[in-house]
Amino acid sequence: MTGQRTAQRTAQPTAPPAPAGPAAETPAVPRFYRVASRREDTADTVTLELTEPAQPVPAFAPGQFAMLTAFGVGEVPISVSGLGDSGGGRARRLEHTLRAVGAVTRALHAAPPGSLIGVRGPFGTGWDVASAAGRDIVIVAGGIGLAPLRPVVLSALADRSRYGRIVLLAGARTPGDLLYAGELERWSRDGVEVAVTVDRADSAWSGEVGLVTALIEPAGLAPGNSVAFVCGPDIMMRFTADALAARGLPASRIRVSLERNMRCGAGWCGHCQLGPLLVCRDGPVVSYDRAAPLMRVREL
Amino acid sequence: MTGTVTASLSAQPFFAALADSQREALAGDGTAVMVAAGERLFDEGGVADMFWLIELGRIALDMRVPGRGDQIVETLGPGTVLGWSWLHPPYRWQFGAVARLATSAVAFDAPSVRRRCDADPAFGYAMLRAFTPVITERLQATRLRLLDLYAAPHQLSHADIGPVNP
Ligand SMILES: Cc1cc2nc3c(=O)[nH]c(=O)nc-3n(C[C@H](O)[C@H](O)[C@H](O)COP(=O)(O)OP(=O)(O)OC[C@H]3O[C@@H](n4cnc5c(N)ncnc54)[C@H](O)[C@@H]3O)c2cc1C
Ligand code: FES
Repeated sequence: MTGQRTAQRTAQPTAPPAPAGPAAETPAVPRFYRVASRREDTADTVTLELTEPAQPVPAFAPGQFAMLTAFGVGEVPISVSGLGDSGGGRARRLEHTLRAVGAVTRALHAAPPGSLIGVRGPFGTGWDVASAAGRDIVIVAGGIGLAPLRPVVLSALADRSRYGRIVLLAGARTPGDLLYAGELERWSRDGVEVAVTVDRADSAWSGEVGLVTALIEPAGLAPGNSVAFVCGPDIMMRFTADALAARGLPASRIRVSLERNMRCGAGWCGHCQLGPLLVCRDGPVVSYDRAAPLMRVREL
Repeated sequence: MTGTVTASLSAQPFFAALADSQREALAGDGTAVMVAAGERLFDEGGVADMFWLIELGRIALDMRVPGRGDQIVETLGPGTVLGWSWLHPPYRWQFGAVARLATSAVAFDAPSVRRRCDADPAFGYAMLRAFTPVITERLQATRLRLLDLYAAPHQLSHADIGPVNP
């Protein structure tokens, strides 16, 4: 996550909506959700299942994010990591995978089943998985970046016949930091071509060791007929997208998910500005032809 | 046999920089080999007189760290080349290499390839053009791994050297 950025004139925040109409439709007020389950994925990462909203927020698409509130601590942007339950166009069940890195994520990480969490959203652009219909889906994840990409795998598997190959390349710091290890095996059995690599192996690890970009060549991709979905630290996304582009995948068919500090989440405050983009509104998912020049600039 | 090796070389993008005749010549120094899982190809410090084009399987590069045994620094998969130390003196392996999976590869007689490079600079230059991007790519990958990009702040504390250009 990069530091705060000073607002520039190029991105135009929009004014918050007037408080007219039902409170249920304004994204400014967090809704209460109850933690139904809490699964420890790694030493510092959990997946929370949120249910029982008195007033459910609208349904999320894969790639979109919520502003989650740990009451009394603060609010942070966290992507959806599952398909959830969107009965009636409302998010009745949500899944979020989050890593404890600071005060707010530590509080959310510690939230026990039964506790209440605030949810605002959905915010931002989605992965638009359906637009890859008829093509191969290439998913490249680094670290916690696998969390926002999990719904891409799940929605592609749910509609398997619409897509060609589903290739998932994942990098983790160590074998112990790998998310969804059990699910990766299940997806593999379901026909997803899964390859995993770690930066540092332990003696029990029999898989690949190296950067996630090293998995691209052996995957034997068909760049002319693929759409790529990439999520991880900025630098990892840049190198991955460049490696895919070098193999012939057009930048317009490579999507990355940008991360910037956020406050309102809704395009009002300008806090998340990246050049001409407000990442909360125009992102986080952006095609690489738009994102590349912005990701290369040191400070905007 | 040379025909099989030539076909193997043509199928791999690694040697795309070579002209057909150059690939044919290189194939003359190659032999198709099978390496069993667990078999060691070379040890750190040994004479670097071979290199391999991996077709299937997985090879781990390792280094013996006192008190920690053999530490894997990187694995190499299909389509990649194992071994550069034959390119320059003192022609000694910098790492060890062991097959993690049953591996099929083309093994090259490095001194013979070197002599071919010396005798035919166009061939030597084409070989350099094949190897340089891969060496560069792996150097970049190593640099990125040094950044420990996936680390959480608490995991970085010991290695955080602070901003270079504050
Ligand atoms: C659109 C979007 C989607 C996101 N989705 C997810 C998600 O699905 N799961 C998830 O775990 N996180 C996600 N994040 C990151 C998450 O929002 C931050 O980790 C969170 O805001 C940190 O807040 P904090 O108060 O806990 O820590 P802070 O006090 O804000 O930060 C504590 C320390 O952690 C560092 N830090 C902050 N963010 C990160 C980070 N992402 N990685 C490493 N170090 C960091 C800070 O530099 C600081 O040193 C997302 C961010 C965005 C913008
Ligand atoms: S404009 Fe407020 S967080 Fe994006």
